[in-house]
Amino acid sequence: MSETVDLTTRYLGLDLASPLVASAGPLNGDPATARLVAEGGASAIVMPSLFEEEILHEEIQLNRALDAGTEHFAEALDYFPSIPELADAGDRYVATLARIKAQVDVPVIASLNATTKGGWVRYARRMEEAGADAVELNLYRVAADPTLTGADMEARDLDLVATVREAVGVPLAVKLSPYYSAMANFAARVVATGADGLVLFNRFYQPDLDLENLDVVPRLELSQPWELRLPMRWIAILRPQLGPRVSLAATSGIRGGIDVVKALMVGADVAMMTSAVLRNGPGHFAAVEADLRTWMARHEYTSVDQLRGSASQATSGDPSAFERANYMKTLHSWAAPPGLTPASPSS
Amino acid sequence: MDRRFECMDGNEAAARIAYALSEVVAIYPITPASPMAEHADDWSAAGKPNLWGVVPDVVEMQSEAGAAGALHGALQKGALGTTFTASQGLLLMIPNMFKIAGELTPTVIHVAARTIATHALSIFGDHSDVMHARTTGWAMLAAGSVQEVHDFALIAHAATLRSRVPFLHFFDGFRTSHEVDKISVLDTEDLRALVRDGDVLEHRARGMTPDAPVVRGTAQNPDVFFQAREASNPYHLAVPGVVRQVMDELAERTGRRYDLVQYHGALDAERVVVVMGSGSGAVEEAVDSLVAAGEPVGMLRVRLFNPFPAEQLVAALPPSVRSIAVLDRTKEPGAVGEPMYLTVVAALAEQADGRPLPRVIGGRYGLSSKEFTPAMAKAVFDELTRPEPKRHFTVGIYDDVTRLSLPVDTDFRYPRPAREVQAVFFGLGSDGTVGANKASVKIIGEHTDLWSQGYFVYDSKKSGSVTVSHLRFGPDPIRSTYLVEDADFVACHQFGLLEKMKVLDVAKPGATFLLNSPFPAETVWDHLPREVQQQLVDKGVDLWVIDAYKVASETGMGSRINTVMQPCFFKLSGVLPADEAIAHIKAFVEKTYSRRGQTVVDRNFAAIDHSLERLVRVPLGEVTSSRRMASTVPDGAPEFVKRVTTLLMAGDGDRLPVSALPVDGTFPTGTTKYEKRAIAQEIPIWDPDICIDCGKCAIVCPHATIRMKVFEPGAVAGAPPEFLSKDFRSKDLPGHRLAIQVAPDDCTGCGVCVDVCPAKSKTEVRHKAINMEPVGEHRDIERTRWDYFQSIEPLDRSLLPHDSVKGSQVLEPLFEFSGACSGCGETPYLKLVTQLFGDRMIVANATGCSSIYGANLPTTPWTVNAAGRGPAWNNSLFEDNAEFGLGMRLALDTMRGQARALLAKLSPELGVDLVTDLLAPADTEAEIEVQRRLLDQLRDRLAGIDSPDARHLLALAGNLVRQGVWLIGGDGWAYDIGFGGLDHVLSSGRNVNVLVLDTEVYSNTGGQASKATPRGAVAKFAAAGKSTGKKDLGAIARAYGNVYVAQVAMGANDLQTTKALLEADAWPGPSLVIAYSTCIAHGIDMSKSMTHQKDAVKSGYWPLYRFQPSEISDGRPFKLDSHKPSIPVRDFVASETRFAVLERTHPERAAQLAELAQADADERWRYYEQLAGVLRTVPHLSPPIVPSPDVQPEVDRDGSGS
Repeated sequence: MSETVDLTTRYLGLDLASPLVASAGPLNGDPATARLVAEGGASAIVMPSLFEEEILHEEIQLNRALDAGTEHFAEALDYFPSIPELADAGDRYVATLARIKAQVDVPVIASLNATTKGGWVRYARRMEEAGADAVELNLYRVAADPTLTGADMEARDLDLVATVREAVGVPLAVKLSPYYSAMANFAARVVATGADGLVLFNRFYQPDLDLENLDVVPRLELSQPWELRLPMRWIAILRPQLGPRVSLAATSGIRGGIDVVKALMVGADVAMMTSAVLRNGPGHFAAVEADLRTWMARHEYTSVDQLRGSASQATSGDPSAFERANYMKTLHSWAAPPGLTPASPSS
Repeated sequence: MDRRFECMDGNEAAARIAYALSEVVAIYPITPASPMAEHADDWSAAGKPNLWGVVPDVVEMQSEAGAAGALHGALQKGALGTTFTASQGLLLMIPNMFKIAGELTPTVIHVAARTIATHALSIFGDHSDVMHARTTGWAMLAAGSVQEVHDFALIAHAATLRSRVPFLHFFDGFRTSHEVDKISVLDTEDLRALVRDGDVLEHRARGMTPDAPVVRGTAQNPDVFFQAREASNPYHLAVPGVVRQVMDELAERTGRRYDLVQYHGALDAERVVVVMGSGSGAVEEAVDSLVAAGEPVGMLRVRLFNPFPAEQLVAALPPSVRSIAVLDRTKEPGAVGEPMYLTVVAALAEQADGRPLPRVIGGRYGLSSKEFTPAMAKAVFDELTRPEPKRHFTVGIYDDVTRLSLPVDTDFRYPRPAREVQAVFFGLGSDGTVGANKASVKIIGEHTDLWSQGYFVYDSKKSGSVTVSHLRFGPDPIRSTYLVEDADFVACHQFGLLEKMKVLDVAKPGATFLLNSPFPAETVWDHLPREVQQQLVDKGVDLWVIDAYKVASETGMGSRINTVMQPCFFKLSGVLPADEAIAHIKAFVEKTYSRRGQTVVDRNFAAIDHSLERLVRVPLGEVTSSRRMASTVPDGAPEFVKRVTTLLMAGDGDRLPVSALPVDGTFPTGTTKYEKRAIAQEIPIWDPDICIDCGKCAIVCPHATIRMKVFEPGAVAGAPPEFLSKDFRSKDLPGHRLAIQVAPDDCTGCGVCVDVCPAKSKTEVRHKAINMEPVGEHRDIERTRWDYFQSIEPLDRSLLPHDSVKGSQVLEPLFEFSGACSGCGETPYLKLVTQLFGDRMIVANATGCSSIYGANLPTTPWTVNAAGRGPAWNNSLFEDNAEFGLGMRLALDTMRGQARALLAKLSPELGVDLVTDLLAPADTEAEIEVQRRLLDQLRDRLAGIDSPDARHLLALAGNLVRQGVWLIGGDGWAYDIGFGGLDHVLSSGRNVNVLVLDTEVYSNTGGQASKATPRGAVAKFAAAGKSTGKKDLGAIARAYGNVYVAQVAMGANDLQTTKALLEADAWPGPSLVIAYSTCIAHGIDMSKSMTHQKDAVKSGYWPLYRFQPSEISDGRPFKLDSHKPSIPVRDFVASETRFAVLERTHPERAAQLAELAQADADERWRYYEQLAGVLRTVPHLSPPIVPSPDVQPEVDRDGSGS
């Protein structure tokens, strides 16, 4: 029965064998593990982000380190052999991308994380040249500057989207944070600026305190299932607003087939996973796919197309459920789900 | 033919040819020749082929002796080979050089000629090394300029293949090896034309092969050795002709005509100077000036020194010559004259043929790169006019002892060519001034028709070092082989230098002066020292200012102000139109930095673009300033410091007469404290409210500028109100106070203390118990505090145990304020050793960083305590330090033995009780203190005894106190060049303490790989990452069974370091402490020096252990002192450029090596873990029985003598 279920979907103009995409995670940054992810059943792979800061920091710091102590002292006019062409973080990223492309037969999406326009944009083009099937631009910044308004921040982000759009010919997805005050408006403008799709939402290291040393430390927590609620809400809202041609990807909290069903129902084209794969290994994609097929078959769904958007804000029985109206209800029904207990530090 | 012109220094000019014409290049680093080897290694790593399309095999050896051996072997097999060296390195090659010449084997050694260490080491240039090699049978060809180096390198390689006689091609260290000049570059066709294939094939045919076996290197007996030695005569005799032939062929191709000896000057010259090497440039200018003035003078340049072209020399002299002065750049004490003088005299005598000989006098000049100017050359010509000239003289110094020196007319100048620009730049090593000036020389030399020259003078400090760049640009080739004397343009890139250096002395009247000023144009005049104002006015200088640091900071360039200052130079000097210059500067930046990333290029561009708009002219004002140039030493300084050291510090050492200097190289210690360099921008400020008394800031301080004192409250009753102290947390010393104090003018601002400080404020966690603060806001108050702090009596050493960080840090350091790099990882260990044992230690220090920051004049950091006791220090060589130290131990033991025997013998006169007490063991500090008091009694009693025995005992008595012999050096010494000796000394069982400051590279010469360099690290001579793992030196030492061995890293475990040093001192046999030492060559942020050490240990990369052969408690001598690795090695290495850069240059190789490096660490840890459990069946291994002075002598109790 399940064989008859059609899992194919289209994301950023790419025909995918299933809606299960490996989101930007550490396994996808290494050709060997990326291959396992693809073989494990991911229908596309998003590479971990190349950070603008990483490129700049590395160029500046490495240059400083190589120059340190030069021309100080007659016996040692420098301390390193002459260094030939240096591959910076961007070069290495592009090289890894090419190697991954050579090893997997699913689409590979390169990812850029940036906050400013700058010289690093040249890497977007190089990603395309190295065979990226699409580029995901990860917009993430902390609005810590009190002199900048929300409008300023949005304008800068849109400018950035336009710059990358101009740089590449392949499809462009923009991964957003959930913290825009006018998400629906902003999402529409991102699309209008040239994005072929949106990825909702990014989640990043949040700083923590090390109480022994009184240091601020970054801490990675794997996502928990409840985190899917936020992207679900917004995909449900945005799907009808943006129309069927704009790709939407749900990410955060996707753990099993049921989660994928939910994401698709509210309107996602694909569901992206990293945490569950880190927990369970690359073979988890196959398990989720089997769950998905089983659920669809049991509920007599025949294709992802059929499922997609069937319970968006426009198509659900209770449109207000995705808006503030159900806030009170949720609070009243709240009981601590097991996933909400503080997670132990990732190892 | 169109000739290509490029700018390069002498080392590169030689290396290009040597590399192109070699298959095997055996190398070893030594200043100033290292860059030749580095170029060869770089090119080989980059796969650059030689003339025959083969990439030469460039192999670093363990010493110059090894390099010569490898070269010898390669040549005997029939390969073309070369090497590069200088000074003592050349001396180490001499045994093989005799063999190579004796076997008529063609090869070339390129030598950047350097002073041989005698009363002192000197890295600078003269001919003492090459002159020492003149008996080896090698031909010796001397180049005097960068162009000549390039040409003569080819001539040497071609001539050696034709003649079969090996060639020593030499040029003056630094003056030529490091001078950047515009030269015409030889192309491959030139090389092919001169290096004939047939000669190469004949060399090949002589190579060893089992297909046509021969034996060389036989032992010969009196019957034939002599004849065989004479058999090669025809080959040596042919050399001058061969060289002449090759020179002619080169002239035909290039138009540059050289001769074996070359005359220049008046055709009717009566006075002639004979000179060799770079000094000939200055002599030539003097000759031209004097000839233009109608004086009958000339010069002979000697190019081929060996075999000496006697006939050509005589033939080249005009028949009118009456007198000759031969200049030698070396000294042979006791000889009738120096080598070239003797050779010229002999040549003239031999060729005289009955004619009267001209008068010949000989003089020394330019030892250790002493300046040699046309004025000095003129002094020599003047001397020849005297009726009775000095037969032997010196020039360039003032000799008030043996009165050999010639008076010099310092106003004499060679008239500079029209349109020439001479420029001098004062900067700091860290601000990029030299780099920018090298770029300017290249820009002008390679992109215009002008000729250009750059020479760079560095001071002897590794932190805060001052650089002075001397640049010349002009329409004619530049022959001036001396510093700029009358600059058209002077730039001072550091405002602070105005107070310390006489930067305007070199400016000619009407010169342009560019000043980097933090003060705006409107107010800068009032900030100038009075002396500077006066000179500006007197010389009518055109003054311009720019705030380069501001521009650099705004454009993301940090403290690199080079790209801000460089456009200003071009605009003001008028060498090139500003627009054109800026386009060239940008192209140069692009070429240099594009491979390091576009961001770096963009920031440089921004700095360039913003520079000229901030450049402002300042009208000269009245001389009104109340600021004065800093006086250099305090009034209380010792006489020697005032008379001699002060001048050295002020850069006026050239003015010191011979009589001012010690006759045997002996200097007082403890002089760094008089050199207040005040180089830090930020200094650490103590907050006693937060301090937890741990002592970590003090123990890690590389320059001993953070001090800790504990005292009773009453001790500071007269303290100034600014003085800070707090209650001292200690069970041992209740009620005491603690002060932690920075020496504000000695601190280099490295920040290591702040990095390690564990105490953070409860209300603001970034605020620690010690914090870096801008020096301007704190200097005055900290000076007051420091002055007072110094007056507090040190704590009685017996009141606190020393085996803790805190306990060790209240002890007075006897190693302070060295010139080591800011954040140096080595010096904290040295300081700690002196805190623990400084008043009873003698040091044998291998050549390297520690001998340079340890004893490079003007001032030296090893010092004394209030009793006048402190480490006695000496440096022999690089290769023999272990043996040198062992010799000290042998002497100490025998002298101590004699003292004990004499004590026993004299016991009737001295008193049995005193003698018995003095002969009792005294190992602890308390016992030693008692012993010292007894010694005072002994000396008193000996003074009253008039006998030879008493006099001898008086001389020997000091040795009764236990002294530690410390053998100190880096990994280059311990792992490589000195390993054989170290191994032998460790095997001797004698009581020596070896401290290896392991930076895992040759730090002093610029980061060349040693056998301590770990797998995967990029270093010079391991540009593609070192393939093999680090040698486990500790394992080798442990294998002897009776050697105490510890591996330590202060940043990871300062307590373990302290304990290891105490145990090493206490162990009566050999001890080896291998200390992980962070280094600027690691490519790390040196303020995090100790954090890197911690990570090295956490990753298992550097396990801490102590191997105690005396262990008896549980029979397990090996104690693993670090925890199981908690982070992967990759996390540690990712933070260090030496490893991380490989991932950027050779990613796949980096991945492979990283995997192996992890495997190395895992395996070592597994092995060490097991070793820690190994039970020794010999429970108590004491040192082997050696003649011990501690054998109890028979005390003569009955007074009959024995």
